[in-house]
Amino acid sequence: MQCKRIFLTAGLGLATGLATPASAYMIYVSNEKDNTVSVVDSSTMTVVQTLNVGQRPRGITISKDGKFVYLCASDDDTIEIIDTETARIVGSLPSGPDPELFVLSPDGNRLYVANEDDNLVTVIDLASREVLAEVPVGVEPEGMGISPDGKVLVNTSETTNMAHFIGTESHEIIDNVLVDSRPRFAEFKPDNSEVWVSAEIGGTVSVIDNASRTVKHKISFEIPGLRSEAIQPVGIRISADGKKAYVALGPANRVAVVNAETYAVEKYVLVGQRVWQLAFTPDQKTIISTNGVSNDITFIDVATDEPLQSVTVGALPWGVAVSPN
Amino acid sequence: MPYLFKFVFFAFAFLIPGLLGLAAQEHAPIPALPPAPSAQPVRQTEPISWIRLGYLGVVPPKLALSVLDVPPADEGVAGASLAIGDNNTTGSFLGQKFTLDVAQLGITGDIGSAFDGMVSKGARYILADLPAAQLLPIADAARARGILVFNVGAPDDRLREDDCRANVFHITPTRSMLADGLAQYLIWKQWRRWVLVFGSHAADGLFADALRRAASRFGGKIIAEKQFIDTGTARRTDSGVVQIQRQIPVFTQDLPDHDVLLVADESEVFGTYLPFRTWIARPVAGTAGLVPSAWHPASEQWGGTQIQNRFVKAAGRRMLAKDMAAWIAVRIVGEAATRTRSADDAAIAGFIRSDDFSIAAFMGQKLTFRKWNWQLRQPIFLGDGRNVVSTSPQDGFLHQFSQLDTLGIDQPETRCVLK
Repeated sequence: MQCKRIFLTAGLGLATGLATPASAYMIYVSNEKDNTVSVVDSSTMTVVQTLNVGQRPRGITISKDGKFVYLCASDDDTIEIIDTETARIVGSLPSGPDPELFVLSPDGNRLYVANEDDNLVTVIDLASREVLAEVPVGVEPEGMGISPDGKVLVNTSETTNMAHFIGTESHEIIDNVLVDSRPRFAEFKPDNSEVWVSAEIGGTVSVIDNASRTVKHKISFEIPGLRSEAIQPVGIRISADGKKAYVALGPANRVAVVNAETYAVEKYVLVGQRVWQLAFTPDQKTIISTNGVSNDITFIDVATDEPLQSVTVGALPWGVAVSPN
Repeated sequence: MPYLFKFVFFAFAFLIPGLLGLAAQEHAPIPALPPAPSAQPVRQTEPISWIRLGYLGVVPPKLALSVLDVPPADEGVAGASLAIGDNNTTGSFLGQKFTLDVAQLGITGDIGSAFDGMVSKGARYILADLPAAQLLPIADAARARGILVFNVGAPDDRLREDDCRANVFHITPTRSMLADGLAQYLIWKQWRRWVLVFGSHAADGLFADALRRAASRFGGKIIAEKQFIDTGTARRTDSGVVQIQRQIPVFTQDLPDHDVLLVADESEVFGTYLPFRTWIARPVAGTAGLVPSAWHPASEQWGGTQIQNRFVKAAGRRMLAKDMAAWIAVRIVGEAATRTRSADDAAIAGFIRSDDFSIAAFMGQKLTFRKWNWQLRQPIFLGDGRNVVSTSPQDGFLHQFSQLDTLGIDQPETRCVLK
């Protein structure tokens, strides 16, 4: 009898926990040092779960239907598949050695992985879990951007300093664009017209025209009182309407808000320390930053560009992915 | 082939304004161009343009107190070779191929002939791993032939001061930069009272001078000094450390109380023996204990893991400071060739000397040249042998132009007049 009552109570508790407001999303943050993933509820802005994962988790992505989280466990040379409902690791993918960052094709069928140690981009078919192709790129590939129509993949090589445009059907490089030093991130505009590439050491973001495959504009950043070497752009996210872009500026401890049409920097939002990656909530009302050195994430309100709250997660938070529902 | 080269070269020349976008320029919209064949990956069996480098080194018989400190035979060369590989990966997209001609000689070797040999085979950029006295004649011979020299081995301040040369780019840091990097950390720790033990060879005296200068610059107080004279003893013996355990306490017994014992023993006569054997329990720093260097084999910060992994795979050992200096030198040439899309000496040299030139080297910020003496600005690593303890410049040491210029001899103090 006692057992049944406890079970019922627990069941009710669970039910209450699940009956969250419609705008609540789950935010998954990879903690590079802790070997964990923190799960944060976006409506309460609290950590609801901490998952033990493989060694040195970095790049993190979520499937289109929100059922699976894919996580690069770099030191384990593998990509782990986490079931979001059970919060368990249910499998792994062959990623090639030292996977750091990867993207999913828009149709959700393929994973494109940057293998930093081998100067390769590995293409994996998610259904069969087979390696479809390996594309030789420049030295130390990291940034991975996929075009909205899935036809072109952009990989950035950190020491070669190029953005490599790769055709996803041919698996061949179709163009190479030289950018500034240490390009770490590539992001397509939702209308496919441009690719934005950050240069961590160069301190700039290059806007590449996707038709001519040339750099049409270079965005620089200046923060009064801060030495320019501290401004190190990494993660970039562009809003779905193509009007606004956010750029994480590393040890400048700020996220730059950029007008994606005029390329003017409109604001710097102070977040935590050493901000690297960003992710929008699906309703585009909030953008979340990972602040590696202060061990927290910051919620930024997109309408006002004000930081709402920072939430402590694990040690050295690296990547962030948000559930689609 | 020459026709193709010209076509490719001029095609690049039209694309340069759009693709380079040097910081000073405003960006005008680029007129739409048909995709240039040069933008395609060039995977031909015959490269379009060659860029040839040379590594000229003197390997003196290196004695060390610990077997772990005996430098490997390919120290420096391995770093240069890795960078050639990196340059060639990048070069494969641009039709450029890099080569490295290596000559490592004993101390009595004919460096001049080796230099002439490399140059006759087409080397236009020479990495010099030579003592200061032997570097200068090579630098002068190189200047006469329009060849750039990269100093990857000599830390002598005089090469950047009275003996500076317009065609020598110093990648390795100076003794004053190393000493300043160490001193800043000790001051940050508030360990201000120092005693200095220095060896009896010239190099030891030079590093001791650098430490004395750092003390007066950053507020350390050297309250006592003592010289350890080299009596010509063997570095390592069958008896191991039995006698040393008693000799070192006696040697350090008469030193006044201090926070840190600084040691200047580049010649590897006694320094390594000091930690944990001193009369009173104090940390040792300098050429032993907490050691300042240009790179650390265990540095993983700032993406360092990437280069460390690549190096271990290629060389079969950990990456040392001289390897990193050589890697940077070769990458500087590669970066210039990439950005100018050119194998032409004048274009490459001009780009390296330009105001916007910088190189990324896993040190957390772009590295630039001091234009008054062509010393590469860089942070200094402080290591305990196992790991990186800190990197300088330390927080709080400010500078008008670049915080990295708090390390070493600064522009207002320089005696260099480039010639």
